[in-house]
Amino acid sequence: MVEWTDAERKAITTLWGMIDVGEIGPQALTRLLVVYPWTQRHFGSFGNLSTYAAIVGNAKVANHGKTVMGGLETAVKNLDNIKNAYAKLSAMHSDKLHVDPDNFRTLAECISVVVAAKFGPSVFTPGFQEAWQKFLAVVVSALGRQYH
Amino acid sequence: MSLTAKNKDTIRTFWAKVSSNAEAIGADALSRMLVVYPQTKTYFSHWKDLSPGSAPVKKHGATVMAGVADAVAKIDNLTAGLLNLSELHAFTLRVDPANFKILSHNILVVLAIMFPSDFTPEVHVAMDKFLSAVALALSEKYR
Repeated sequence: MVEWTDAERKAITTLWGMIDVGEIGPQALTRLLVVYPWTQRHFGSFGNLSTYAAIVGNAKVANHGKTVMGGLETAVKNLDNIKNAYAKLSAMHSDKLHVDPDNFRTLAECISVVVAAKFGPSVFTPGFQEAWQKFLAVVVSALGRQYH
Repeated sequence: MSLTAKNKDTIRTFWAKVSSNAEAIGADALSRMLVVYPQTKTYFSHWKDLSPGSAPVKKHGATVMAGVADAVAKIDNLTAGLLNLSELHAFTLRVDPANFKILSHNILVVLAIMFPSDFTPEVHVAMDKFLSAVALALSEKYR
């Protein structure tokens, strides 16, 4: 089981309380598709992703970013049981969506960059960054667990 | 994944904007690396103080960013330009190359923090490619 210090729990819930998933989610997914363009392979049905402007203006990307970011709510509410809380979602990403789990790690990095830009140095301190990245690493691990 | 002409322009333009803050960027990136990835502290057991913003961290952050500045200047041939630095890292420092990726991530986080409106996704991809290319050049002499 993952051990969280009180400081880490506080950092995670504080950050989560400040995050607007409708704002951060789309930005993070946009960054993923722009910075790591091979990830576009999973979004063939999203229409035009051929240019930067197309990605930024794509409503399906924005919507999906919001969905994915909202999915972190499960983890925040189940900090001591993230592994099991994501079992079904993990199986789905493996068996239905066929997403390479390395993409979860890459998206987590994009989320951290967007959160850093949004909240700046006084909120996103090294201590908060540590807690937040640990949190995302646990989610990433849980999402990859049901792959076979 | 080599740098396109457009990437290089983006990098040079962005670097011109941020380079006056190079020491602060380096200090913050290094501080964060040591806190968020504690295994990296193993390379600095000879320092008295590894806490964020400490004197040795600040000094070394400046050293690292001077290397990045040098790389920007030699962007058209990083492998040749960073040969001496590669030898230093390969034979003297013997830093596991996996750590280049870790420090690069923290540099990107600090750039996002310090320059939120300039660090657009387009700048982000160019800088990520650039730091990856620098890491590759630094690994050149390892084996």
